[in-house]
Amino acid sequence: MTVWLIILCMSAATFAQRASFLLLPDHVRLPTLLRRALHYVPAAVLTAIWTPELLLQKGVLSLALGNERLLAGIVAIAVAWRFGATFATIAIGLLALHVFDRLF
Amino acid sequence: MAAAGISPLEAMAMSVLVYAGAAMLAAVQLIAEGAPAMVIVVAAFVVNLRLFMYSASIRPYFAGESLARRLIVSYNLVDNPYALFLQRFGTRPDAPGKFEYFAGIAVPVWICWQATVAAGLLLGNQLPAAWKLDFAAPLAFIAMSIPLLRDRLMVIAAVSAGLTAVLAHGLPLRLGLALAAMVGIAAGVLAERFLKAEPK
Repeated sequence: MTVWLIILCMSAATFAQRASFLLLPDHVRLPTLLRRALHYVPAAVLTAIWTPELLLQKGVLSLALGNERLLAGIVAIAVAWRFGATFATIAIGLLALHVFDRLF
Repeated sequence: MAAAGISPLEAMAMSVLVYAGAAMLAAVQLIAEGAPAMVIVVAAFVVNLRLFMYSASIRPYFAGESLARRLIVSYNLVDNPYALFLQRFGTRPDAPGKFEYFAGIAVPVWICWQATVAAGLLLGNQLPAAWKLDFAAPLAFIAMSIPLLRDRLMVIAAVSAGLTAVLAHGLPLRLGLALAAMVGIAAGVLAERFLKAEPK
């Protein structure tokens, strides 16, 4: 019963977050500074999601060669930068992870 | 999920109703730890703070659309459709077919997501950990974020946010992500001012 209550509250909260600005009437203008700030949201948020996964090993910063996730991530970044292809980035990144795992 | 004391039906309902992976992972962890319901809902809210920003930043592209379409976009406002949409329309907000394009991404993403969750619930932990498939998640976010770095202001915002996320990793309730977003956005806005550069 509690789990269902949690699910319903989470659904309502999450939907409210998504609909918050989208449902504002068109004549409402957001402040200039806010609009300029929003310009950087996708790059900032989407990057912040993956950097800890590459740079941290068991919660500790690791820039060593033994951090094969960092090495594979660099390969994936290069693929994404050069080709911008989602599937190729994921496939080559996973392949690189296995290769580096064997090497080091 | 099963180990966390959540039935497959509850997990599937959460997947369809909440439709937010990071919040679900956080909630399942907290339910397993026996956290109070209020704490779990607040944690999910914090993990999803970026959705406010997505909602605000995507809003101008859907000006003039009907309430029904805005509700559909709202429900489907998840990372992948959002990122792909802005890759295409970010530099030409007046191009036609925005809702159709968004829906064209959002529907297959929804189907794949729900099918994958269902498969995960059925298979459980039978997929070998040696395949390292968990690494596909950060790779997907690399694929989404790197093409957005079209100018140096974007790079400054992304690098600042990325480093902050690493440094603030230990904060509870995944607050590090919200903090990193704010630092990255502030860095972009400040760089714009000091470099006297125009965002593209």
